[in-house]
Amino acid sequence: MNSGGFWYMGGYARYVWPCIGFACLVLAWNLWSARRFLLAARLRALRALAMAKSEAR
Amino acid sequence: MWTWFYKLASPPYVYGVAAALMPWFLGLALLTIGYGLIAGLGFAPPDYQQGDAFRIIYVHVPSAWMSEFVYTTMAGAGAIALIWRIKMGHAVAAASAPIGASLTLLALVTGSMWGKPMWGTYWAWDPRLTSELILLFLYVGVMSLRSAFEDLSRGDRAAALLSVVGAVNVPIIHYSVVWWNSLHQAATVAKLGKPSIAGSMLWPLLSMFLGFMLFYGAVLCLRLQGEVLNRERQSAWVREAIKS
Repeated sequence: MNSGGFWYMGGYARYVWPCIGFACLVLAWNLWSARRFLLAARLRALRALAMAKSEAR
Repeated sequence: MWTWFYKLASPPYVYGVAAALMPWFLGLALLTIGYGLIAGLGFAPPDYQQGDAFRIIYVHVPSAWMSEFVYTTMAGAGAIALIWRIKMGHAVAAASAPIGASLTLLALVTGSMWGKPMWGTYWAWDPRLTSELILLFLYVGVMSLRSAFEDLSRGDRAAALLSVVGAVNVPIIHYSVVWWNSLHQAATVAKLGKPSIAGSMLWPLLSMFLGFMLFYGAVLCLRLQGEVLNRERQSAWVREAIKS
């Protein structure tokens, strides 16, 4: 398949490329949100640790 | 023999294993998805009936398979947590739900985009499409139910119960094309005997499926670490893990 044909997708480009784009978006969102979720959990655990320390004093 | 199973009930063990496996899963997922996309979009021949529109299957089919697989994992983990009272089962179920929901949405959207040029419509109340939409509602219901309770353990139990009951929808999705007259095509790859798809089209598809599976593993590992930290943040081992 040449470069022009690759992007043209036999006339179905407006269906194929948005699907690939949306798939990449969903995968990227999954990674981003999972990472954010983990960072937020770490932050909460750190806060709990700091509170426990201040209560111990 | 069952030592490994009992170890899975231990939050520090699960946290450590998830942290160690995540980079491997992610690296392999990116490799296999990269190969699948390049081979599927650039090198597989066009379908003799659908032309290049068939290439949508390289994201549609893996996401549809994974939507069922993740739900089965979530329901299985919920059942284990309910029966054996293993807290990590609830953590796995909670971590799986948003991943499964997003993959179900992806399957529905890409299926709809494929339906327009092939069926002439974005949506039809076909058994396969309708049961997949019900799956999305089940995911959303499970996540909403878990967060509706102030007491996390009650939310976990209610969500696990709903996910176990909702598991009846998974075989309905799978066999809907066999049990009812459906616009959706019947099984092509997972057919008993020889798959009715050429090897040059099949290998990129299998690579995408493996990639999506590994990707689920990677994201599950990340979310699972977060779930474990949220549930165990008062424990001494979490304090040690956070300090280091």
